[in-house]
This record gives sequence, C-alpha cells and structure tokens, in this order.
Amino acid sequence: MSDKNKNVEKKIARDIKYRALLEFKYSAGKHASYFFQQLRDNKKLMASKCPKCEKAYVPPRPACPECFEANSEWIEAGPQGTLVGFTVVEFPFLDPTTGKTKEVPYGYGFIILDGTATKFAHFLDETDLNKLEAGMRVEPIFEEERSGNFADIKYFRKIADSE
Amino acid sequence: MGRKVAIVGTGQTKHKARHSDMNIVELINQAVNRCLENAELTINDIDAILIGNMEHFEGINLSDMWASDASGALGRCGMKITTGGSTGTSLSSAAYYYTASGLFDTVLCVGWQKQNEGDTTAGLVSATDPIWERASFAGAFGTFGGAATQYMMETGLTPEDAAKVAVKNKRHGRLNPYAHLHLDISVDDVLRSPMLAYPIRMLDLCPASEGACAMIMTHEDNVKKVTDKPAWISASVCRHDSAFTGDPPFFLDLRTLRSAAKEAYATADIKDPMKDLDIIELYEPVTWAELSFLEALGIGEGGKVGELLAQGVTSIEGSLPVNLSGGVLCTNPIGATAMCRVAEAAIQIRGEGGERQANHKVNTALATGYGGNWWSDLLILKSSL
Repeated sequence: MSDKNKNVEKKIARDIKYRALLEFKYSAGKHASYFFQQLRDNKKLMASKCPKCEKAYVPPRPACPECFEANSEWIEAGPQGTLVGFTVVEFPFLDPTTGKTKEVPYGYGFIILDGTATKFAHFLDETDLNKLEAGMRVEPIFEEERSGNFADIKYFRKIADSE
Repeated sequence: MGRKVAIVGTGQTKHKARHSDMNIVELINQAVNRCLENAELTINDIDAILIGNMEHFEGINLSDMWASDASGALGRCGMKITTGGSTGTSLSSAAYYYTASGLFDTVLCVGWQKQNEGDTTAGLVSATDPIWERASFAGAFGTFGGAATQYMMETGLTPEDAAKVAVKNKRHGRLNPYAHLHLDISVDDVLRSPMLAYPIRMLDLCPASEGACAMIMTHEDNVKKVTDKPAWISASVCRHDSAFTGDPPFFLDLRTLRSAAKEAYATADIKDPMKDLDIIELYEPVTWAELSFLEALGIGEGGKVGELLAQGVTSIEGSLPVNLSGGVLCTNPIGATAMCRVAEAAIQIRGEGGERQANHKVNTALATGYGGNWWSDLLILKSSL
C-alpha cells in the first residue's frame, strides 16, 4: 500500500495515551524495621515467632497466619538455608518500582532459612540452571555498605562445601 | 443453607489481545447485554449489579463508578469486588451469596479486564508487598517457574508433560469462538517457544487478554419462569492463603484448592471426582498448574495426572474433559478469567457449547478460580439439585 492510500483512510484517535508518574512511600512497620536494623547493623536475619505453634516467619510479621496469635518472640534465622524452588528469569519486563526494563537474566529462589517455617523469596547469584538444584544449601551475601532494606542482601549463593 | 440459586444466563465478549474499537465501558456493556439476551431478561429484572476487575493493569480504580451506566447499576445495589486472579469466581460466589440470602432475587455479576491498556507484569509486581517482594518478583512466570522446579523434582513430571496441557487446551480453544488464542500447536512448538523463566516457556503461560464476562443468577422460585435449563449452584467455597509468595507449600499441594475441594465435595455429594464430575473448568495460569491443581482436586495424585493427560482422559473426547473453553491458556482478561470458568461450566450444563460441547451429557461441572497468593475459589454446578 502506498503512503498516499494510507492517508486516504483518516482515522480518529483511538488510543488516548497517559503516563502516570506517582510517588509512593510505604511504612515499613515495626517488624520490618527491626529486621532491617538487625540486618544493617549485625548482618542478622531475624524471624518473628509465634509463641503458640512456635513457627518462625521471614518476612517477619505481626500475626501468626496459622494461629492468629501475636508473634511476640524473635529468633535469629539462618542465615544459611535450603533452596527449595528456583528459576532463572530470562524474559525482560517493565519494573514498576523503577519504570525501567528489568535486567535479565537473574536467578530467583525460594529459600527456607534454617529455623523458619517459610520460604524466603530472593535473588540467586547463579544463572546457570545446571548449577542450581532443589535441596541445595545456600547462604546470603550482604552488601558492604548496608542501608537497612531488602537490597542489603545482594543475593543467595551455593555454600561452597555443599553437594 | 439459604435459597437454592441457579445461573440462568451467561454472556461474554470475544476475548482478544486488543479491542482497539471498544473502550472499557463498551466492553462491559456488550457482555451485560449478551448475558441479558441469553437469559431472556431485561435490566429491570435485575436487583443488584456486582462488578470487578484486578486493579493496576489499566490504572483504573473506580470502574464501578464510571461503568455504572453500561453495567446497569443506576438505582440498584452496585458493588465492586476485586481479589486478583480470582475476581471472577469471587464475583460469582458473591452473586450466589446475595441471591441465596433472600435479600436479592436476581443478581448480575460482570468481570472485565483490558490488560493491554497497561502492562501485565508491572501490574502483577505492583500487587505484591512493596517492602519484601517487588524487587525480585517477576510476575506470573517468575513465581510459577520457582514453584514448577519444586513440583518437577517431587513428581518426576517433565516439561514435555506440561507441554501436552498447552496442546490440549489450545485445541479446545480453537473450538471456542470467544477464546482469545486460536493456535494449532505441537509439543515441540511449546518446547521450542522462548524461555521466560525455567521451566516456563511462552506457550506454557496464559496470554494477556481484553474482554468481559457476565452471568445472571436467580433463586429457586424464579428459575422456572426464566429458563428450562438452569445451572444450579451446588457448592461455592473460597479459600485464602497466607501473605507472602513463599509462605504456603505452593504447587506441590495447593492447600487452598485441596481444602476447598474437600468441603465442596461434601456439600455437593461428590464421592469420586473422576466418576462424579462430568467436566472441569480449571483456572490454569500455566501448563504446570493444570497438572498440579488437578492433583489438589483428587485427580491423578502422585504425578499420575501426566498419564491421564497423555491418555486423553481430560481431552474433549475423554471421560473428564478439562477446560473445554480452552482455559486460561487461551483466554486471560484477568478480572473476567475466573468467571469464564464458571460461565463455561454453566454453558456446558445448558448445552450451549456449540463445537466445544462435551460429547457426554454434562450434569455436574466443577469450576475454579485462582489468585493472589496461592488462593482458590471453587464452585460446583449441577443440572438439577
């Protein structure tokens, strides 16, 4: 079709474009604040624990999901853990937290930190699928300069001595 | 127990990647009108309108307000329900609860989404906890990839087993004129499609669709006046799970679905789901989910679900067809997706499935919704109660 013919069919605007640039600020809350303070200052991963069923949770939270009791206790979790599920994200996508395309590939894993009842979702440094397996022992690698947030853990990686 | 309630009409738009000629309100209006037409009712017969979508995709927060003209909500009880992927089944359950309660006689529910007006994965990431999950969360494929590796290890099922789900559901979808994707694919096509996040490839994952779906329910004293082919609601169960992605056992044992099935089977007197159910409309966001979620329903447990699939038991020719509509793998306008499952179950009971109608008489149909953090809705419909 020639350009001339294209112009014959004059279309009205069908898509109204709109770009929202909104800023959000979220309260971390008591439990996350304590977790991130211990992470920043002592490289410790703290889990909130239910006094009734004794399950410990990371991310820490105010109420036990099983008992609805106040998680009134803290224990030191891990920091080592067991990888129970993993993937390598290869498909780029729009990251709404930055407005930019997410850099891929990156490793993503579900890790049961020792002493906890939950799987903690975080980055893995490994992107070679042949070097990842469920059941593998992993450890967190911390940022040198920590500011008290999720990114203070750079990623989890295989513990050198483990199978 | 409340009053007996039946679905007496369904209506949906054609689902597609982009409805560039219709806006959100027009899409909703088309589904509502098609539903009224199918039920042979008018808007004056409707006492309440329940509407829902999953927020973030379009950046739309108050569709119940500005779609009120199109949905017919003026002067009626109108309410918005939004529970993520399960929005459509939550709407279905709510319409059932409204009608069964005796407070409303005839209720219309409508779910919609116009996913490609925004960005699907960005929308999904925005739905997760901002402090703990948004940095690493990679939408549906990242989560399901991580869960599927665990499921593979425990069951010994392979990407080839999962690919057969896509082949089956896409074949069914080609028979459904409303389905978004009409694709003719092989197992090799699935295994060669682009990798999103191991072991999830492009053809393992549901599409992002635009569309709307509506249903009308009324109570037992009214049903005979409206239709001679009601789809009665025999059971409706909703189960939520804990807050974070890694909290529940996920794929290995979708405990929300297992628990919902246990209660629904008792209510609907289902003793052996393989024998007592005629069809299943399962919310399968990825191929792997159809395998695992069927296990949670008590079908092919211990990884045997792969054999059932390979033997054709869950195909249109089989004894227990799963996703005659083509399922979520063919059609996924999120706020309508789960309602499409319930509507298809009703369509099959009412014998309105056209080319995709089951070969055997459908008296008992099970529909599920899946959403949020591994949570499940489940409805069982019957031709008579």
